[in-house]
Amino acid sequence: MEQLDPRARADIYGQSINRAPSAWRVRSVPYISIMLASLAPVLLMADVMPLAPPLGFLLLLGWRMVRPGLLPLWAGAPLGAFDDLVSGQPFGSAILLWSLVMIAIELIETRFPWRGFWQDWFTAGVMAAAYWLATLLVSGAAVTQAMLLATLPQALLAILLYPIMARMVASLDRFRLARARRIS
Amino acid sequence: MAPPTSRRSGFSKKAQFSLFTGYLLAGGGALLGLVLLLLSLWQPAAFAPLRGGASDVVAPAGEAGAIARSQSQGLFASIGGYFKAGTQNAALREEMEIARIRLAEADAIKAENRRLKGLLGLRDEPIKPVAMARLVGSTATSPRRHAYLSAGGSDGIAPGMSVISDRGVIGRVLETGRYSARVLLLTDSESVLPVRRAKDDVIAFAEGRGDGLLRIRLVNLGINPLKVGDLMVTSGAGGYYRPGVAVAVISQTTPDGGIARLIAEPSATNFVAVEPVHQPVAVSALEGAGGEATSNSGASLSSTPSSKPASPATAAE
Repeated sequence: MEQLDPRARADIYGQSINRAPSAWRVRSVPYISIMLASLAPVLLMADVMPLAPPLGFLLLLGWRMVRPGLLPLWAGAPLGAFDDLVSGQPFGSAILLWSLVMIAIELIETRFPWRGFWQDWFTAGVMAAAYWLATLLVSGAAVTQAMLLATLPQALLAILLYPIMARMVASLDRFRLARARRIS
Repeated sequence: MAPPTSRRSGFSKKAQFSLFTGYLLAGGGALLGLVLLLLSLWQPAAFAPLRGGASDVVAPAGEAGAIARSQSQGLFASIGGYFKAGTQNAALREEMEIARIRLAEADAIKAENRRLKGLLGLRDEPIKPVAMARLVGSTATSPRRHAYLSAGGSDGIAPGMSVISDRGVIGRVLETGRYSARVLLLTDSESVLPVRRAKDDVIAFAEGRGDGLLRIRLVNLGINPLKVGDLMVTSGAGGYYRPGVAVAVISQTTPDGGIARLIAEPSATNFVAVEPVHQPVAVSALEGAGGEATSNSGASLSSTPSSKPASPATAAE
């Protein structure tokens, strides 16, 4: 059969005979991708106003929404601690806020078990906006009108980015579950 | 999509306990975060070693990004240069002639200055930068405006040192790692810098607004003498910065001062110089007078209100 069509016994995860997903990849991809997303905005030189949306947080939302049950409930605390080290916020702000968001989404999910894309986007949008306001309040800087105006684009961008993040998580998930290990 | 059935506990005691443990751990994490947050708001320098270690790891990647950034800026500038070469050439020639005249005048003033200083017995040693480094990154997601520097404690950089580019003041070192340092930019809303007008001695404070502009607050209130286009330079009060470095240009006047634009924009600079604290004696005296609020490694000295009354006193000396 393979001689006629090499993709005959393959699906989106690759060849299905004598192949299995790599155990390391299955476990580490969500965490590593969120940590890399936390690091990415550091390389951007933003001297005037906060330019980048909180990418690490958005990817955490994405993994939580697109693959419920994959990240444990307590995953917000260690990932938030890493984000705090590089984000410039006072240490502890992301540990607190990411943990609260994970608990909030869990409660929403038990209340509304059947969800669709639009409801996910709505939840993620509300979470992103609330997170934006909370980071502003706990940043240690006085919240002024000028500051609010300067950071408003960041909040809009965070809300609008969710669909792209969800697609990104889906393709990362395909990479995560790809059958990379050969069973001999 | 419904959540996976494995997460419904049902009557299984084991499943119920593991669900409960999950909530317990998450709640504990949130509580730990709250405690750490309050601690770091109270003592901003408490987690500096941890953050220093993290920024040491990020700095090499940022270095590559900084090189790419400066090269791409150069590329765009050189493409743009072809389109307006002719008119620019004429304008530049005229400007250079005027500059040559001004330079001769400045030489005369410099000579006179040296003579007068000689009479007074004052002596200014040339300031040697502690280190030259690149700005490798910034906190682009946070409302705070910090930047990362590609040199740290191993190059002799310490908190409180001033960071200056070839155009003017960038900011001040806040925390140091081994191979990287964190810089408080002037645009941060917690940054306060004593300045004066370049042509006379109108003294003021330049505070960051958090949106890229500086708010200039005059020390002596009355009729506002500032005009749009005035250049503000460091006054040297407080002892951190050497006097006479360009800071900002007034772009709008307000009843108590003005709104100013930065002269040295961190995103447009390639290399910066880190200079030692200008008057360590004055800084340590202010720290002693400021009490516990200013004791956190001296980095947040000018960002705390208690140092504000002290700075004009040193300016008047």
